[in-house]
Amino acid sequence: MIKQRKPRSEWYYLKKNSELLLLLLPGALLVLVFAYLPMFGVVLAFKDFRYDMGFWHSPWVGLDNFKFFFVSDNATLITRNTVAYGLTYMILTTLLALLFAILMNEMGKRWLRIHQTAMFIPYCLSWVVVSYLALALLDTQNGYLNKVLETLGLSTHMWYLESAPWPYILISAYLWKNVGFSTLVYFAGIMGINQEYYEAAKIDGTSRWQMATKITLPLLSNLITVLLILSIGHIFVGDFGLHYFIPNDAGMTYSTTDIIDTYVYRALRVNGDIGMSTAIGLYQSLVGLVLVVAANYVVRKINDENSLF
Amino acid sequence: MNTSQAIAAESVKIKATGQRKEPFSVVNLLSHILFIGITLAMIVPFVLVISISFTEETSIIEHGYQFIPLDFTAKAYRYIFEAPLVLIRAYGITIITTVIGTILSLLVTAMLGYVTSRRDFRYRTPASFFVFFTMLFNGGLVPSYILIKQYLHLDNTIWCLILPALVSPFYIMVMKGFLSKMPFEIIESAKIDGAREIRIFFTIVLPLSTPALATLGLFLSFGFWNSWFPALLYIDNEKLIPIQLLLVRMMQKLEFLTSNSDFISQFGVDTSKFPTLSARMAMAILAGGPMVCIFPFFQKYFVKGLTVGSLKG
Repeated sequence: MIKQRKPRSEWYYLKKNSELLLLLLPGALLVLVFAYLPMFGVVLAFKDFRYDMGFWHSPWVGLDNFKFFFVSDNATLITRNTVAYGLTYMILTTLLALLFAILMNEMGKRWLRIHQTAMFIPYCLSWVVVSYLALALLDTQNGYLNKVLETLGLSTHMWYLESAPWPYILISAYLWKNVGFSTLVYFAGIMGINQEYYEAAKIDGTSRWQMATKITLPLLSNLITVLLILSIGHIFVGDFGLHYFIPNDAGMTYSTTDIIDTYVYRALRVNGDIGMSTAIGLYQSLVGLVLVVAANYVVRKINDENSLF
Repeated sequence: MNTSQAIAAESVKIKATGQRKEPFSVVNLLSHILFIGITLAMIVPFVLVISISFTEETSIIEHGYQFIPLDFTAKAYRYIFEAPLVLIRAYGITIITTVIGTILSLLVTAMLGYVTSRRDFRYRTPASFFVFFTMLFNGGLVPSYILIKQYLHLDNTIWCLILPALVSPFYIMVMKGFLSKMPFEIIESAKIDGAREIRIFFTIVLPLSTPALATLGLFLSFGFWNSWFPALLYIDNEKLIPIQLLLVRMMQKLEFLTSNSDFISQFGVDTSKFPTLSARMAMAILAGGPMVCIFPFFQKYFVKGLTVGSLKG
């Protein structure tokens, strides 16, 4: 006779996993407080927050905060800016980083180290420090760029008072600071590929172009898609430091530099508009969530292996 | 000679040539030129800023910023170090937050990454979801701002610079990716020997994770050292200003240093002679320099430690 095993209660498993749960606890508490509690705070988007009444007692105002934002021209402008910059950053960084990583893989060790270090240095700096570097180049009076333009006989610019050049400046600054890091991530991915593939290919007389397209890229596709899905979620989350410090928060440049994040920050700190800032933040988070889930869904349809979740 | 011998001989040759994979070619030359160009582009702005910080103020006003100081002087640094209190305090706050923040964050990241990578952990899926969902959705700036300021009262303490930044889902993902490659047998055999989970984590898992911990530790310390956003939002107390916020204020107000009450009282002299243009570049160098110098020491761990996996598996 087979004795049927008594189904174990959840308590048994809790006890069995208790030590692992204990390891989980500090992190989980931090996540709960600093990530989940603010999520409930989004109800402020539907309230007229007043400091004297606090979170609970401020009056409800329905969708007024959203209306106020969306009927203004700002909504279209900053949404357009955020998405356009986000997409450009994502595409250019991925393409350049992949190209650099593949080329680096072909390089001798000594050179590799020099280039890798140089490319990574800007990543170590904050946007605040970078804004000083930018100022050294762009300052109207003393800036090096204007000096160069002058010597070349071209007209100088008041960079911080014009909006037209900023897309180029911001994109260059973004790539300058971040391409080294992405290159390193992809390079680490390439290093993880079994070298025997390349050795076998070499024996078969495969060209380097073929090795890159037929071995490296396909084997990196998992890493590429995971990073892309993640950055698609970030398309709607602009780089605050870049867009706030590099243009030096100069009002004349807002039409080409202002993004959702800088707008929210000013709405909060300059105008103290809690309700509207929360509403825009919620709009940003929701669209970001939809974008990631959609991107992941598409990837899963194409190739389940590559999806993030 | 049969084929297999030929292949063996060929692979020996490849191994013997080692790193010098390809002989001289046009493609190689072009890629070298490309990388030298990039390297220069990465370095040149620093050279400019360093040069400005060593240039005499009058020379800057006359000739603008130059790559080679026309009138070399270390006055800017001398002035800054003559009244070191402001700078020392800012460095102090930054160093404290960086050290405490990095250590705590590494510990929490390793614990979360380890537990979510354990295949035999019963609550692995809900725990992973709990942590990684925050990567997909967040409450936004304002609710956190109100929480920290009005409910937790962390504003104007160093904890508002540390606590909210301790858990970063992306780093947990990196940690998890690294740990999931660790053979499970190591943990299993330790368990059979009667070791407890916490002991296994601290004596086996952590030491074996050195490459990942070194890489993440470096990134985390960059993050804390370079952090200005929480300071911008929550710090008004002049005694708690980290170095990055000092820079922000200097950028917004060129005369920040000369109007800073501590600075003036220490000087006790005429601050109008203060070399503002070169001094602010010197401050940028002093704020950014330490991180640039630390990086090369960690480089060897990078490739091993930076494995980004998927959330599944």
